[in-house]
Amino acid sequence: MVTSDQILLVPLLPFLAFVTNILAGRWLKDRAAWLSIATSSVACVIALPVCWAVFQGAHFASQGTWLMLDAVPLKFGYLMDPLSATLLFMVTIVGTLIQVYAAGYMHGDPRYSRFFAYVSLFMSAMLTLVISDNYLLFFMSWEIMGLCSYLLIGFYFEKDSAANASLKAFLTTRIGDIGFLLGFLTLFSAIGTLNFAQMNTIMAGAHGGHAALNTGLLAMAALLIFCGTIGKSAQFPLHVWLPDAMEGPTPVSALIHAATMVAAGVFLVARSFTLFMVVPNILPVVTAIGTITAFMAAFIALTQNDIKRVLAYSTISQLGYMVTAMGLSGLGAGTFHLITHAFFKALLFLGAGSVIHGTHVQDIREMGGLFKKMPQTAVTFIIASLALSGVPPLSGFWSKDEILLAAFGSGNFLVFGILLLTAFMTAFYMFRLIFLTFFGAARNHEVHAHESPALMTVPLWCLATGSIVIGIPGSPFMHHWFQKFIAHMVHHPEYEPSSFVMACSIAVAVLGIALAGVIYLRQKHWATAVAKSFPSFYRLSFNKFYFDEFYSTYIVKPFNALGRILFGFDETVIDGAVNGTGRNTLFLSEIKNWIDKYIVDGIVNFMGTAVYFFNSITKRIQTGVVQNYLLIVFLSVLAFLAFELKLT
Amino acid sequence: MIVLPLPHILIFSLFLFAIGLYGALVRRNIIGILISIELMLNAANINLIAFSKYTSLSPETGQIFALFVIAIAATAAAVGLAIVLALYRVRKTVQADEVNLLKW
Amino acid sequence: MPVLEIAAKFGTYAVMAMILIFALGVVTLRNLFHCALCLAAALIGTAALYVVLQAEYLAAIQILLYVGAVVTLIIFAIMLTEHLAEKTVRQNNSQSLLALLGLLGFVALLTGLILKTPWPVTQTALTAKVSVMGLGEALMGTYVFPFEVISIILIAALIGTVVIAKKDDPEEKP
Repeated sequence: MVTSDQILLVPLLPFLAFVTNILAGRWLKDRAAWLSIATSSVACVIALPVCWAVFQGAHFASQGTWLMLDAVPLKFGYLMDPLSATLLFMVTIVGTLIQVYAAGYMHGDPRYSRFFAYVSLFMSAMLTLVISDNYLLFFMSWEIMGLCSYLLIGFYFEKDSAANASLKAFLTTRIGDIGFLLGFLTLFSAIGTLNFAQMNTIMAGAHGGHAALNTGLLAMAALLIFCGTIGKSAQFPLHVWLPDAMEGPTPVSALIHAATMVAAGVFLVARSFTLFMVVPNILPVVTAIGTITAFMAAFIALTQNDIKRVLAYSTISQLGYMVTAMGLSGLGAGTFHLITHAFFKALLFLGAGSVIHGTHVQDIREMGGLFKKMPQTAVTFIIASLALSGVPPLSGFWSKDEILLAAFGSGNFLVFGILLLTAFMTAFYMFRLIFLTFFGAARNHEVHAHESPALMTVPLWCLATGSIVIGIPGSPFMHHWFQKFIAHMVHHPEYEPSSFVMACSIAVAVLGIALAGVIYLRQKHWATAVAKSFPSFYRLSFNKFYFDEFYSTYIVKPFNALGRILFGFDETVIDGAVNGTGRNTLFLSEIKNWIDKYIVDGIVNFMGTAVYFFNSITKRIQTGVVQNYLLIVFLSVLAFLAFELKLT
Repeated sequence: MIVLPLPHILIFSLFLFAIGLYGALVRRNIIGILISIELMLNAANINLIAFSKYTSLSPETGQIFALFVIAIAATAAAVGLAIVLALYRVRKTVQADEVNLLKW
Repeated sequence: MPVLEIAAKFGTYAVMAMILIFALGVVTLRNLFHCALCLAAALIGTAALYVVLQAEYLAAIQILLYVGAVVTLIIFAIMLTEHLAEKTVRQNNSQSLLALLGLLGFVALLTGLILKTPWPVTQTALTAKVSVMGLGEALMGTYVFPFEVISIILIAALIGTVVIAKKDDPEEKP
């Protein structure tokens, strides 16, 4: 039997790298990267055997008591089931490759070691999230990932746009996180446990009708937990942070905002899938949001000109696909797409970073004809785009096909249609990007491009290989082993593979590529003609459906106004009270001063005056004439005599 | 041998003493005061001699005492008059009322 | 003989009355010179009284010292400090009434006291005779210490009087 407690080292090693880089970063300088990469690869090496064991059918879990609440112990532990093994496999490999790339990309940056410290912290948090066995530990690592996202988006904090973007990301995901927190607390009040395994058992029992559960409470819990996904995975309406998050360095965009962190939202739904199964009313909401997101983001991506923005909207769109899959009870399909998307989207971002590194521009209108100058980047980029567009036999085709199959097979033809249209748009905008960037004549002759160093291109090729082959476990070649593997614990419908769906998806992909090729390689004026004939659509797409403006006017400004009102209240009422107290004290002290001056001193002076007055009377006895004294003596003696003699 | 009753002599000397005391209290001239003091001392002497004569065990005691009193009285008068002379030189007066520098 | 005794007693009382009258004169007369003379008379009367009381030596000393020296000294002082030709001023000061009253009370009180006291009059004292030699022996024998002290006092008085009464002459440099 393979022991699995070494899995605890997997998140621990990157955390140690974080601490070391933070504390000794100045001394380590360039070696900081190697420390992060080393810990990440060692974590990968440790994780892989355990993942392989789980792939074979094993199941590991362990718990330890963290603290005692009265007499109830709070247990934290790890859970290695198919879902976490899959994610662990993906996160360690992709994370290590991206860090290797970043060692080359970030070379020369003054805050080099701090970057790798944050990335190591992020890796640690993500790995903890993947192997955690209860909602509380999950939430804690979720929050740490949000923190790392904030720190890394705002890495170039001297730029106002970067600082604002990081704050926007944090606040927007925060809204989702509040929902998530309330969600799992509600869940706890409903079923009394936060542990995934226990929850699965309870939900499975309910599905079979064994236990009576408060479905209303559970529905609310499920909805609130889904809020977390909406925030973290940039679904409609909280998607506004992800495009702005491109202000961060490109490796960050690749790691956090394409492959891993945004996938955590989808992972959350996957983990809570048994809960969602018990409250089937929530699933249509999930599907709807996912579909709207997928379509809307693809629509926006059609007109964007910044290379990273296009990829950001593409990410949002693909996340919408995954969420839709979950909503259609396609746990296996959604997870499969998550894994494949991680590989090719990371590759796309790294390729974009390579382009930016080589040309120092980000606007695709200024690029062109880079194929000859940056061949490795171009080839890998094209491979990834083919995968994303769903061209067989690349991985993206198999995973996207599963989702379309789930939509078609469950009878949601509207969803099927929308997703198909989105696939068409995906292919179109990706190849628009490729043709404008790598082909055609160079539009800006100031741009002198060069290929990136080996440190950056080797990870590109590794990820390209992954993009090609990672789809095989879920493809018919292995008899859909992956989906079965993931979903064996969940009772959900299985759909017959339909050649109709396959044909449709291949058709739209080819159509999209062809149209993009026609417009952007030959008839460039068609693009402007279309834009002119549908001006309102063009404006909606180009201006991102005016979401940011809407939020700014109806949410941000009122809150700021409220803040100003409260500040005014604080200033006038509260500070006024404090100052008033001060003035009162002064007034009282004035009174006291008067009392002290006139009454107390008056009494003291009176004493003196009284003594003086009596003295002025009694001093007259001292006349200076000796005979007077003699008389007084004599009379005194006489008095004494008389007194004594009378008594005797 | 003349035997007067002792109380008579004592009352007489009492009167003499009272007169002398009156003079010391009332006279304004300082030399007048000194004269009155002599009278008082004299009255005391008479008392002493009377007691020595009538009651003493050894009769010399009273007379020796009176002798000493006379000597002291003379001394006092001498010193007192010297002071009066010095005072007269400074203050140009011998009235006791006018020597009141220690007045309040 | 009883007539002699009565005459002697009468004479003694007469002397005593005369002394008192002269004493009154001492304290009331305006002219200071007259006062000094009255004092002299009173002192001579006192000497006569001493003789009656069989203290002859002391009577002689009284006249010699008191009348002869002290009164002379007083008259000297009067001469030095008074202008005899001036109009004499009032002699009594402001407290005469109070003094008089006090003294009357004093006299009354003590008179009563004297009359009430049982004096231990002894016959041996009445018949004892004092000779000058006896006085001398007592002075040099039992009372030698006060005698020496008196001599010191007299020296002190002598020096003191000279110091107090001397004129402040300007210092002569040697």
